[in-house]
Amino acid sequence: MTAELATENTALLDAPNVVRELTDRFGDQCQYQETVDGIPNVWINRNQITEVLQYLKHDAQDSFELMFDLSAIDERHRKFRADQPPSDFTVFYHLMSLSSDQDLRIKVPLRDEDSSVASVESIYPVANWYEREAFDMFGIQFEGHPNLRRILTPPLWEGHPLRKEHPARATEMDPFALPDEVQDAQQEALRFVPEEWGMSRSTKHTDFMFLNLGPNHPSVHGVFRIALQLDGEVIVQAVPDIGYHHRGQEKMAERQSWHTYIPYTDRIDYLGGVMNNFPYVMNVEKMAGIEVPPRAQVIRVMVSEMFRIASHLLFYGTFAQDVGQMSPVFYMFADRERLFSIVEAITGGRMHPSWFRIGGVCDDLPDGWYEMVTDFCDYMPARMDHYDTMALQNKILKNRTVGIGAYNTAEGLDWGITGPSLRATGHDWDLRKNRPYSSYDQFDFEIPTAVNGDCYDRCVVRVEEIRQSLRIIRQCADNMPEGPYKADHPLTTPPSKEFTMQHIETLIHHFLNVSWGPVIPPSESATLVEATKGWTSFYSISDGGTMAYRSRVRTPSFPALQQIPFISNGFMVPDLIAIIASIDFVMADVDR
Amino acid sequence: MFFENINWSYVLILPLIGGALGGALVLVWWERRLLGFFQDRLGPNRVGWFGILQSLADAIKLITKDDWVPPFGDRALFILAPIIVAGAMLMAYAVLPLGPGLIIADSNIAILWILAMSSLAVYGVLLAGLASNNKYSLLGGLRSAAQMVTYEVFMGLSLLGVVMLTGSFSLRDVVHAQEDMWFCIPQCVGLVIFLIAGLAESHRLPFDLPEAEHELTAGFHTEYSGMKFALIMAAEYLSLILISALIVVLFFGGWLGPKFLPSEFLSGIVWYGLKVLIVINFFILLRAAIPRPRYDQLMSLGWKILLPLSLLNILITGAILLGTQ
Repeated sequence: MTAELATENTALLDAPNVVRELTDRFGDQCQYQETVDGIPNVWINRNQITEVLQYLKHDAQDSFELMFDLSAIDERHRKFRADQPPSDFTVFYHLMSLSSDQDLRIKVPLRDEDSSVASVESIYPVANWYEREAFDMFGIQFEGHPNLRRILTPPLWEGHPLRKEHPARATEMDPFALPDEVQDAQQEALRFVPEEWGMSRSTKHTDFMFLNLGPNHPSVHGVFRIALQLDGEVIVQAVPDIGYHHRGQEKMAERQSWHTYIPYTDRIDYLGGVMNNFPYVMNVEKMAGIEVPPRAQVIRVMVSEMFRIASHLLFYGTFAQDVGQMSPVFYMFADRERLFSIVEAITGGRMHPSWFRIGGVCDDLPDGWYEMVTDFCDYMPARMDHYDTMALQNKILKNRTVGIGAYNTAEGLDWGITGPSLRATGHDWDLRKNRPYSSYDQFDFEIPTAVNGDCYDRCVVRVEEIRQSLRIIRQCADNMPEGPYKADHPLTTPPSKEFTMQHIETLIHHFLNVSWGPVIPPSESATLVEATKGWTSFYSISDGGTMAYRSRVRTPSFPALQQIPFISNGFMVPDLIAIIASIDFVMADVDR
Repeated sequence: MFFENINWSYVLILPLIGGALGGALVLVWWERRLLGFFQDRLGPNRVGWFGILQSLADAIKLITKDDWVPPFGDRALFILAPIIVAGAMLMAYAVLPLGPGLIIADSNIAILWILAMSSLAVYGVLLAGLASNNKYSLLGGLRSAAQMVTYEVFMGLSLLGVVMLTGSFSLRDVVHAQEDMWFCIPQCVGLVIFLIAGLAESHRLPFDLPEAEHELTAGFHTEYSGMKFALIMAAEYLSLILISALIVVLFFGGWLGPKFLPSEFLSGIVWYGLKVLIVINFFILLRAAIPRPRYDQLMSLGWKILLPLSLLNILITGAILLGTQ
C-alpha cells in the first residue's frame, strides 16, 4: 500500500504550509487532495497515523489543538474519486488550529479485508467516542482503543449501519419479528454489570452504590443515561450512555435528495430550527457553486439568531429549573412563544420550519415583519434584566453552580468542546467573527466570554449571547437589503417562480429539481457554523447524484456528553444535575 | 346524665380532622392557582368554580387507583409509612388552638407535643424511603434523616425564647402573653429561625431535598401511588397548615387582632384565619421564587449559622428577662 500511496505529488507548490511541512517530514507517503471547501486533505498511510497526529498536535509550526471530527467513508461504491489513493474505507480526521485559524483533514485509506487503524484516543481524548462511533457504523477496528464497544446501536445489533450494504429502509429488510428468545437475549445483553463499565463494586472500606440515572429521569433532558458509581452521594465515577435517540440521520442523507433532506436537518438540534439548515444548505451551495444574494443571506442570519435566542432561553429556564428554581422557565417559555409567533409569521412553521433552500430561503419576508421584529427587540432587554435579578444574581443559584464542573481552555479543546461552552473558559473564538459566513462580517456585535469555565459561567455567556443576538437581529431589520431572496442559478431548488413561468430553460430545471432533485457535481465539502450549542458542521460528499454519497453531521453535543465524567467525578449528585443543565445539549443533537 | 360527663371539646375532633383534610385539599388547588398566577399562567381552572373541584377530582382518582405495593420492597413498612406520616400530623392538630377556647386538648405541654409529633412524622418519611427498596427513595430517606437531625435541634431551641417570655408551654398562654405586644417583635430572630426550620420540617422548597424531583425523581415517595401517595401528599399540606398556624400562634398573636383596632372589629377566628392564610401564601410565594440549595450547604447553614444564632437568642432573651425582673 505504501507504493500505492506514493504516487504523484503534484499541486504541492500552492498547498498550505502545513501540507508541505507534513510531506517534508513524513516523506512522499503523504498525498495531497484539494476539496471545494478549501480545507487541505492529506492522505497518509495507516501505520503513520499516531505519529502524524502526535506531530500535528505538539510539534507542528501551527499546533492543531482541536480534533473537530473523526469518522469514516465507505468508498466501495464511489465512482468519482479522481486521483485519490485506492481505498475501501477511509477514516478521516478533521483537525483545527484555532491559533492560526486553519483546518486540516487527514485521511487514512483502509482495505475491506483488514480495516483497522491505530486509536488516537491517547493524543486527542475526544477521539474515544468518535472511534467507537466509527466502529459502530462502519466496523472499523481501532487498535489500542480502551473500550471499543457499540455506542449508538444496541449491543446485539447486526451489521454496521453506514456500510453501503446495510439496508436503509424497512422495505429492504425482512418483516420485523421479535421471538421470545431474541428478546431475552437482548434484555440479557442490557444487564448492568459494573465491571463492564469500568467500575469496581467495593474497596476495602466501602461498598459502592450504583445508580442508574436515566434514560428516563426529569433532569437528563431527553433520553440520556448515566451510570453512577456512588459513595454516599459522592460520585466516584459517572459513565454516560447514549444511543437512545439515534435515528440514522447520516444514513437518511444517503437516501434523500439534496433538497428533501433539508427537513431532516431541522430535527438534529431540535431547538435550533433553521440553524441546522444553515450549514447544510451553505455546504451544498459551496459544492454547487451558488452565490446567495445579500437579502437571502441577511434573512438567514436574522431567523437563525432568533432561533439562537429561543434555544438559549430554553437553556436558561431549564438551567434555573434544574437547580430547583421553579418560575423562570415559565417566563422564558412565554418569551419563546412570542419569538415563535414571529418565526411562524415569517416561515409558517414554529420549531422546525425547514425554511432555508439551496440557493436562498423559501419565501420573501411577509408584510409587517419589520414591526414584529423590532417590537420584540424593544421588549426583550427589559425581560433579560428582570431574569438577571431573578436567576443569575440569586445567591443560592450561585452557590450551586460557581466552581462546579470547571475546565480550562486546553481541557475544553482536548474534549472537543466548542461554542459558548468553550468561550466560558475565556477563549473568544466565534465562527461568526473569526470566519464570517453569510454576511456576519457586516454586523456589529461582541463575543461574550467568561473566565472560570464552570456551570455558572456557561450560563452567563449564553445569557449575554441573547443580548448580542438581539443586537444582530435589530441590525438585520434596519439594514435589510433589497433584491431577490433566491439565487438565479440552475441548481437553486426550487427556482424562483417568476422565471419558471416565462423561461423554458428554468421551467425544465424546476421540473427536474423538483421531481428528481438537483444533481450536485462530484465534490467534497465541509461547512461549519456557530450553531446554538457549539459548532455544527456538515461534511458532504457528492458522487454526481441527486443524493449525497455520504453526509457526515458533526454536532457539538456529542463531545460535550463525553466530557461529563471528566468534570463531574468527585462531585455530588445535585452537582451532576447542575453540570448536565449547564452543558446545553439535546439528545437528538447527540445521537443524530 | 351522660351528656354532662362529655368533655365538649372532643366534639371538635371529627370536624377538625375533616376540616384539616378538606383544608389540605383546597390548599393543593390554591397553591397551584397561586403558583400559576406568579408564573404568568392560569393553573387548574376547569373543574368546578375556578377549578376548585380539581383537587377533589384528583383525590377521587387517587382513591380509586390500584393499590400497588412494590413486590421488591418491605410490604408491612411500606404500608405503615404513610400512615405514620399522616397520623402524626393529625395528632399534632389535637393541641392546636383554632380560636379563643376552640381547642381539643388544652395541654400545658402543647409545644413539646407538636415538636414530638412532627419528629415522629419524619420516621414515616425514613421508613417510606427504606421500605421502597428503591435507590432514589433511599437517597431521599437518607437526606430526610440528615435534615431532621439538623433542623429538629434548633427548631426547638428557636421556640425557647417564646416559652421563656410566656413562662408556659401551653399555646393558650402563649397567645394571652401577646396581648401587649406580638412576639414577632422581641423574638424576631426566633421567628426567622423557626420559619426556616418549619420549611425544612414540611419539606417545602427550598428545603424539599428528600424529594428534590430534579435529582431524585420523587425521592422517598417514588414508589408510592394511589391512596398511600395521597396520604403522603395530604400530610405535607397538613404540615404546611400546621407550621403556618404555629407561626401565627407563637409569633403573631394567634386570634388577637391588632391593638389599634377595636376588639369587636373582627372576631378572633377570622383574624386567626386571615393570618394563617397570609403565612401560607408567603410559603407558596417562596416556592415560586427560590432555587434549591445543595444538601450539604443546607446542613452547614443549619449547624454553623442557625444553631449558634438560636443559642444566642436564648442567651439574650434570658439576660433581658433577668435584668427586668
